[in-house]
Amino acid sequence: MPGWIPASGPRCDVIMKDMIKRIAADPLGLLGLVLVTLMVVSALFAALIAPYDPIALNIMDRLQGPSWSHLLGTDQLGRDLFSRVLFGGQVALKVALVSIGLALSIGVVLGMIAGFGPAWLDNVIMLFFDTIRSFPTVMFALATVALVGPSLSTVIVVIVVTSIPTYGRVVRTQTLIIKSNEFVKAEIVMGASTIRILAVHILPNVVGPLLILASMDIPTVIALEAGLSFLGMGVKPPTPSWGSILNDGYTLIRNTPWPIIAGSIPLVLVTLGFTFLGESLRDQLDPKLRKSL
Amino acid sequence: MFLYLVKRVLLGLLIVVFAVTLLFCMIHMVPGDPARILLGPRATPEMITTISAQMGLDKPLPVQILKFFGNLLRGDMGMDVITNRPVATIVFGQLPYTLWLIFTAIIGAMLIGIPLGCYSALHRNSLADRITGVISVACITAPAFVVALYSLLIFAVTLKWFPAVGAGDKGQFWDQVNHLVMPAFAIGLSWVGYLSRLVRASMLEVLGDNHIRTARAYGLRENTVVYQYALKLAVLPTVTVIGVGMGFLLSAALFTEIVFARPGIGKLIFDSITTRNYPVVMGSVLISTIMFVISTTLSDLVNAWLDPRIRASL
Repeated sequence: MPGWIPASGPRCDVIMKDMIKRIAADPLGLLGLVLVTLMVVSALFAALIAPYDPIALNIMDRLQGPSWSHLLGTDQLGRDLFSRVLFGGQVALKVALVSIGLALSIGVVLGMIAGFGPAWLDNVIMLFFDTIRSFPTVMFALATVALVGPSLSTVIVVIVVTSIPTYGRVVRTQTLIIKSNEFVKAEIVMGASTIRILAVHILPNVVGPLLILASMDIPTVIALEAGLSFLGMGVKPPTPSWGSILNDGYTLIRNTPWPIIAGSIPLVLVTLGFTFLGESLRDQLDPKLRKSL
Repeated sequence: MFLYLVKRVLLGLLIVVFAVTLLFCMIHMVPGDPARILLGPRATPEMITTISAQMGLDKPLPVQILKFFGNLLRGDMGMDVITNRPVATIVFGQLPYTLWLIFTAIIGAMLIGIPLGCYSALHRNSLADRITGVISVACITAPAFVVALYSLLIFAVTLKWFPAVGAGDKGQFWDQVNHLVMPAFAIGLSWVGYLSRLVRASMLEVLGDNHIRTARAYGLRENTVVYQYALKLAVLPTVTVIGVGMGFLLSAALFTEIVFARPGIGKLIFDSITTRNYPVVMGSVLISTIMFVISTTLSDLVNAWLDPRIRASL
C-alpha cells in the first residue's frame, strides 16, 4: 500500500480535487456523489426544508396519500411523512458518522497493539475479535438493547462494538506486514519509541485501506440503524427515523402503502449512493483491485 | 489435516464458551432483578425468589456459568420458566423452520447468481454485463427487511399471490412451500447480487490463468473450457463466502421471520428478548452461535477438500 496520503498540506487539496474529478468521470461514482450530497444537505437543513413539524399531530389529515400539501402523504397520526423522512436522515447520518468514527479509532488502536505487541496479547485480542464476529450483529444488538433499553446511544455502542473487529483485523495485518520491513527495524535499532514507530510509520500506511473500508461500511450501518428502529429497538418515538417510519408502515400495511414507500426510498437511495461512491473511491485509490474486478 | 481439524474445533468451542460467558455477564450487569422484570410490577417477593431460584439467578455469576455448561454437557439447556417446558425442546422445535428458510434462500440465490456472474464474466464490459453489475449492487444494498416489506406489500397484500403470515400447516407440503417463497426471496435477493459479482470476479481471474490458455490452445471446445475447467474453480470462493455469511443469513432470517410472523430461531430470540425470558434467550443465542461456528469451520474444510493447494498448506 503506497503512501497515497500526502505529507504536507497543499498537496492534499490537489489530490482531493483530482479525486473528485475522477469520481465524477465515473457515471456510477457521480450518481453516488450526488445521492450522498443530497442526503447530507437535506439532513443538515432539514429544519429549513421540512414543510411541517415532524412530530406535530394532525388527526384530521391522517393516512393521506401524496398530494401537494403532503408530498409523501401522512401517517396514522397525521404527521407529514416528507418532513419525518428529512429529519430521519439526521438520525441516520449521526449514527453512521459517530459510530464509524469511534469504531475506526478503537479498531486502529487495538489492531496496532495486536500487530506490534507481544504474541499473547495478540492472541487475546484476536479471540475477542473472533467472538464478537461469531455473534450475528443483529442478535448482539437485540440482546444489548433488551438489557439496557432502546436509545440512539445504545445503537451507536452496538455498532461500534460489532465493527471494531473489521477495522482491527485490517490494521493488525497491515501492522504485521510493515513491522517486518527494514526501515522499521532500523528505527527500533536507533532507539525510536514504540509510540513514534506506530504514529509516524505504521499509522499513515494503514489509513488508506481503512478509509475505503469505512466508506463501504456506511450503508451497512445506516441499514442496521433502520433495522433496529424498525424492530422498535432504536430511536424512541416520536423521534423520526427511517426504520420507525417503516415500522408504522408495517402495522398499517393493509390500510396504506405510503409509509413503507416513504421510509424505504431514502434508505435504499442512500445505501445505494454510499455504495456507488465507496466503490468508485476504492477503484480510484487502489488500481490493483480495479484491474481484478 | 487432522491437526488442523482439531485446532479449528477447539477454537470453535472456545468462541462458544466465550460468547455464552459474555452474555451471562451482560445479563448480570443489567440494573434490576431479571426475575422482577419478567414477572412485572405486581409480583410478590415470594414469586420473585422462586423464579430467581428456578433461573439459577440466586447463585454467584461464576457458579451460574459453570452450572450452565455442566447442564449443557448433559444435553440440558434449562427450563423456560413461563411455559415450564425445556428450553431445548423449544429451540429445536423452531430450528428446522429457520434452517429450511436459509437453505432455500441460499440454493435459490446460487441457482440465479452463479449463472448470472458466469454470463457477465464471459460477456465482460458488454451492456448486459454493466446492467447486471448495477442490478447486483442494488440487490446487495437492499436490506432484507425492506425487501420483505415490499414483497409483503406487493405479493401478499395487493396481489394476494402468496400468504402473508406463518409457515403453513404441518404436513401440508405445498402449503409450506407457498409460505416459504416470499421469506426466502427476501433473504436470498441480496445473495443473488453478491454471488453474481463474486463469481464474475473469480471467473475473470480463472479465465486469465495459464491452464485455461493451454486448454484453449489444445483446441478444446469453448463450452468444455468454460464449464468443465473454469467454472469449477470459479465457484470455490462462494463456498467460503456462504460459510462466513451465516451471521448475515441469521440476521436476515430474524427480520423476515418477524415481518412474515413466521416461526423460527430469529423470531424466538426476538420474542424471548422482548419478554425478558432469559433461559430461552441463552438457549437460542447459543444455538445460533454454534450454527455460525459450525458453518465457518465447515466452509474452511470444504474449501480445503475442493482445493488441493489449500489442503497441502494445512
